[in-house]
Order: sequence, then C-alpha cells, then structure tokens
Amino acid sequence: MPINVISSGIMTTIQDLGRPGYYHLGIPMGGAMDRLAMRAANLLVGNPEDAAGLESVFVGPELEFTEDATVAVCGAELPPRIDGEEQPTWTALSVKRGQVLSFDFLKAGARAYIAVSGGIDTPPHLGSRATYAIGALGGVDGRAVQPGDSLPLGKASGTARPGTSVPMECRRLPGATAKLRVLPGLYWHRLTEDAQRRFFEDTWKVANEADRMGYRFQGGRPLDFVPREQPFSAGSDPSNITDACYPYGSVQVPSGQEPIVLHRDAVSGGGYFMLGTVISADMDLIGQLQPNTPTQFVKVDMETALAARQERNTLITAIRKAIG
Amino acid sequence: MAKHEIKSPIPGTFFRKPSPDEPPFKERGDKVAKGDTIALVEVMKTFHEIKADVEGTIVSFPVEDGEPVTAGLTIAELD
Repeated sequence: MPINVISSGIMTTIQDLGRPGYYHLGIPMGGAMDRLAMRAANLLVGNPEDAAGLESVFVGPELEFTEDATVAVCGAELPPRIDGEEQPTWTALSVKRGQVLSFDFLKAGARAYIAVSGGIDTPPHLGSRATYAIGALGGVDGRAVQPGDSLPLGKASGTARPGTSVPMECRRLPGATAKLRVLPGLYWHRLTEDAQRRFFEDTWKVANEADRMGYRFQGGRPLDFVPREQPFSAGSDPSNITDACYPYGSVQVPSGQEPIVLHRDAVSGGGYFMLGTVISADMDLIGQLQPNTPTQFVKVDMETALAARQERNTLITAIRKAIG
Repeated sequence: MAKHEIKSPIPGTFFRKPSPDEPPFKERGDKVAKGDTIALVEVMKTFHEIKADVEGTIVSFPVEDGEPVTAGLTIAELD
C-alpha cells in the first residue's frame, strides 16, 4: 500500500546511503547528504539504516498514507504535522491510514529526512534507490518525487516504538557560524602562503549555488597562486591543473574566487586544483547549511580527521543504543 | 480587514523584479489577486515565485530587493 504524494516542496528525492563503487566510472556514491540524520530516521521507524526514505530540501512534501505506518523526520528542524497537528522532529510518530503528513516552515538546517516503516520500495539501480537525477538513476524512474506519484513501501519490521526520540545530545545541526574542518591536500602548494592563511582566516558564506553536487561559498578574499609553468594539458588559468580525480569533500576554487565543496552527487574529475578536502565527519553538516550561512574553514591534520571520524561512529552507536 | 503577511517558504535571495531591467511585480498600494506573483526567491540556481495566497492591497515590503531571506520571513504585508 503506497504513499500518495500530494505536493513535493521544491526538491524531494528518494535517498538511502548511496551506491559506492562506481565513482571510477563517473557515477557518484550519492545518497543522503546528511547520512547521520538518514540513519537516525530509519532506526526510529525500525528500518535497516540503509533503507530508502525521502530527503526534502527547505520545504517538506505533503504525503497521504494509505496504510498505518510509523514515520520519523530527522535532520533539519522542519516541523512535521499529521492532519495539521504539529509533531516533534527526531521522534517516531504513528500515522494512521488516510492521514496526511505535511510540514511547517523550516526553522533550522536545510534538509529533512523522512523515514517510513518498511522503507520506500522503488526498484534499486546499481544497488541503491538513491536518486541521482543527472544520471537518471534510482528515485522514481530516475527523477525526484512529483505530485501524483505513488511511493511503494516495503514490509515493516514491526519493531518501531512510536514516541521514541533521538536524545538531544545526539542530534547535529550546524551552529550560527558553521565550522568545516579541512585537511590540506595535494595541490595546497599552488597557493601563496598569504592565500593559505587567508582561506582559513576569512568568514565565507554559503552561496545560492549549493546543491547535492556541491556547495559554493563566497565573501572571502580571492586566493593568489604561486607562479608556475603551465603543465601539459592544463588550462591557462592558474587554478587549472592536468585533469585529476575529485574526491568527495574536495575544495576547488576556480580562478581563486569562490570555493566549491563537492558533495554526494560530485563529478568524479576535472581540471581545477583542490586546496584540500572537508573531512568525512563534517560532510553531513554541509547538507544542513542554508544559503548565506557564515562559514569558517578550520585547518586540521590527518590525525584530527581520523579522530573526528571515530567520534562520529561513536555518535551513531549511541543513537542505536538510545533507540534500542 | 486584518493585515495578512506573505512569507517566503524558502531561504535564499529576495527579488521584487522578474529580471534586473524589468519593473517590480508589484508596488506598494497595488491590488493583488490570489495567485498573483509578488516576488522571487533564488536558491539552488533556481528562482521560485512567491504568490499571494489571499487577495488584498500591498501595504509594505519589509525586505529590500536583493537581500537574503530565511524560510518563514514576511516578504509582503497585505491589507
């Protein structure tokens, strides 16, 4: 028995934890931009953590349920309503057949993850139901959710306990000024010492060009490059390199102007230098940044990055334990 | 009639004109019908139309053209 989509906000896509393993063919991992929130939502409704749910950016959808279910909304503070009555986020909620789940105005964050008991059961492509619209993979026939769609559900585990919440201390949203930790990378030497310092000193802000492929930042001082001889096959701009692989989280700065952090639907390679990479532990936070959010990049070393990743794993373990 | 507030459902950049060289969609004192476009909010490389959800007369635009807005912020007041 499916969920009927009455409205879909600006962009609601089916996401899970993605399809790793095809990036060398140009197909990104994809999946939820905020993986912690997606996992938490699934746990609350008794699903495996990699079950498919919905990712809504800024505006929630309106969904009619044709069977009883448990739902949970994690990530952004996008207050859910069941038949008009406001409900808490990060909490397992009971929905009856015929009821409508809708949302109030966004209060904080950018992306809400909506999990439903049983998970969304659209056909997987390359091992995932995650929507990669550019490649027409996953989702509903390779696209975002639209009004009029009927989303099939899998069989619920029956283990969800409505009323259960993720403890406050396990929830994550960026602060008023977001802090993103960056590990300087292979092309760090292309920047002048002055530019290296300025990149971390300046407060940037999220530009309107921010989506699943990448987040652009602006407002910091332009970065200068160390003079060099143009390498074979590299473009003439000082920010160009001989084409190379782009890691998830890599920070490219075309012409030294506006840093772009590649995210889950990243392109896999190209000809811009990357000054470094946002560490994996902070990638979820990027998915929760609204346009114009002041952002500070913080320089870290590998040891710190690995410790942060470990801390992140501990957090997920704590959520599993709390939900039981 | 009580004042009615039109809010932006999304965060982004607020624009009162369809494009930089065109006049604003609406001016103060203009009458609007339900469904009329009042402004645009740009986010994620796209422009979203903000429409009037009631009819009335525009009293004020609390936000300047080109300014950032957050979700739920009032962008026009109707009488």
